[in-house]
Amino acid sequence: MKHIISLLMENEAGALSRVAGLFSARAYNIESLTVAPTEDPTLSRMTIVTSGSDEVIEQIIKQLNKLVDVVKVLDLNDGRYIERELMLVKVKATGPFREEMKRMCDIFRGRIIDVADGSYTIELTGTGSKLDAFLEALDKTAILETVRTGASGIGRGDRILKI
Amino acid sequence: MEDPSNPTTGNQCTGAEIVIRCLQEENVKFVFGYPGGAVLNIYDAIFNQSHFKHVLVRHEQAAVHAADAYARATGEVGVALVTSGPGATNAVTGIATAYMDSIPLVVLSGQVPAPSIGMDAFQEVDMVGITRPCVKHNFLVKDIKDLAATIKKAFYIAGTGRPGPVVVDIPKDITAQFHAFSYPETVEMRSYNPILKGHSGQIKKALRLMLDAKRPMLYTGGGIILGDASEQLVKLARRLGFPITNTLMGLGGYPATDRQFVGMLGMHGTLEANMAMQDCDVLIAIGARFDDRVIGNPDHFFSKSRTIIHIDVDPSSISKRVKVDVPIVGHVQSVLGEMNDLLDGEFKAAADKKPEEAAIQAWWTQIEAWRSKKCLSYDRNSDIIKPQYVLEKLWEVTKGDAFITSDVGQHQMWAAQYYKFDKPRRWINSGGLGTMGVGLPYAMGVQLAYPDAQVACVTGEASIQMCIQELSTCKQFHLPVKVITLNNRYMGMVRQWQEFFYGNRYSESYMDALPDFVKLAEAYGHVGMRIEKPSDVEPALKEAFGPKLKERMVFMDFLTDQKENVFPMVPNGKGLSEMILAEEL
Repeated sequence: MKHIISLLMENEAGALSRVAGLFSARAYNIESLTVAPTEDPTLSRMTIVTSGSDEVIEQIIKQLNKLVDVVKVLDLNDGRYIERELMLVKVKATGPFREEMKRMCDIFRGRIIDVADGSYTIELTGTGSKLDAFLEALDKTAILETVRTGASGIGRGDRILKI
Repeated sequence: MEDPSNPTTGNQCTGAEIVIRCLQEENVKFVFGYPGGAVLNIYDAIFNQSHFKHVLVRHEQAAVHAADAYARATGEVGVALVTSGPGATNAVTGIATAYMDSIPLVVLSGQVPAPSIGMDAFQEVDMVGITRPCVKHNFLVKDIKDLAATIKKAFYIAGTGRPGPVVVDIPKDITAQFHAFSYPETVEMRSYNPILKGHSGQIKKALRLMLDAKRPMLYTGGGIILGDASEQLVKLARRLGFPITNTLMGLGGYPATDRQFVGMLGMHGTLEANMAMQDCDVLIAIGARFDDRVIGNPDHFFSKSRTIIHIDVDPSSISKRVKVDVPIVGHVQSVLGEMNDLLDGEFKAAADKKPEEAAIQAWWTQIEAWRSKKCLSYDRNSDIIKPQYVLEKLWEVTKGDAFITSDVGQHQMWAAQYYKFDKPRRWINSGGLGTMGVGLPYAMGVQLAYPDAQVACVTGEASIQMCIQELSTCKQFHLPVKVITLNNRYMGMVRQWQEFFYGNRYSESYMDALPDFVKLAEAYGHVGMRIEKPSDVEPALKEAFGPKLKERMVFMDFLTDQKENVFPMVPNGKGLSEMILAEEL
């Protein structure tokens, strides 16, 4: 099952590679990983999307907690949470595609952020599955390039990951 | 006090001097190392100090192994010092060995000057990157202001919680810069706070299950040794009267000559230990991790149901390979101490009632039946020296009180099976990584820690050659280690597997062109002995450990039976109760 794990870690050189190294060394799946400093510049917040059986996820959480640089770990799937990912897609916008792409973008509540003679660049935000659905809905031959940030997640309501 | 030889004024020190003063603050007695370009400033500072002894090894791998053994034997944090590049990479095997067995070490490595990092400088290697998967933590010191605090943290992290090696990589330019020395008294880390006290509710729940057990079993590992919990374990085991087994890493945690001890378990464990593991109804695992060499095939292990209580300081060791019913995260010494207190207090009446006395009596009858099969018997009438016989005699001659280090292979298993360890920290071997070559440097580390103790390195003619250059270190530091080489002219354990599982095809496992070990020992300035007959074994050992050779290193080359195998054996992928016994072949 897919899990979104959030963690706070010391914002130090090499901290990211400790997490990445842990996943490869222990053969855990890693779907996406995003990291950036928080409002406290000494802390980085990381969101990892992974999958595995309950036992594997339990081990992942324990192993992450064991890393000396990791301050706190939260499995967002243990409660209610919000997930968002940003995607930029460059699509063909010639002939019939020019109208079609605009329409698809509107349906998915995306925004066209760059217009060129032959292409649009569309910005789309949502859950990973919404972004997947958008790509599914497009004519494959129209997609020139895609770039995704990987998911970020945050607990709903009072669920707060902070030290 | 200002050191008059210090050319600097006030409290200003060079980075190199800061390193030395940190080691002094940590009461380090030995630093095992090897100089080189990137650590020349540190070595210059060592030249001017007398707080610790520097032990010059002949290869950096041995420096880390010796520091590791020093830590295993004493419980203190071991310290090694190596240069950048090849010095650092040579240290990696030692670091990984310590990591797998959770040994507290601080390894200081030189690094090229900070401005040269990433420039492919001479003797540059990304030490922090290379060691990341095999350290508890590592640091690259980028600013002299952080140097002392980083070394303080390194010692703290290495020695607390589940111990492990910590690498501190120090660029050369930092060792030459000046800064005031101040050593932090304490360490506060928001990201690192090991849990030491077990959850009281869980401990009581565990005790209730233990008192209700009909076929209980205590299974303890290296955690008892590392956590200095032997005394608490003995008290608990005697109070409850349960059978107890130790893992390879846990030997000596419970006295091997005690009746309740059923021997080591696992791939080469005793019949009684493995059968009891398989058949028990309540299993109490303490400071052990259910690894593949211990429980064999986990599916087979779970073909019988049992309740498992698991006490460990590292939460990630719990429910990793087997699902556990009652997890208790905490320092084993603290948790066992609390259990003993409860058995003297709140649980006293319940324990004194012995609710399952009859069932436990029947369980012991069963265990004695297994024990009566004498799974460790071997041919005592052979004309060729049996390796088991050498170990039994070694135990007798040293009165069971020596420190035994070993290399890796058949001799290691025989030492574990036949040398009955009654005390913790006496059995020093590479359990997790299984590093051939550790034996001799391990013996050096132990002998330096305990100069008057009997230290024997049990090895094979293959393993000993992996760090044999250290005979020179033994000469320099007058280390009277006794090397017990069980020479069967084969990589014995490889040969055993090839005999059992590869149709006797002894691919590359024959040690051809062996040196004359007697002459080799003599060339290094030691005493060499070759022992070829069973009747010579005991006299030779008595001579080697006798007063005449007390101050000398003795290299004993025992020519042993080439085809002897280690039994019992749980073949790879089989279950604990599917052992091959000697008589079955």
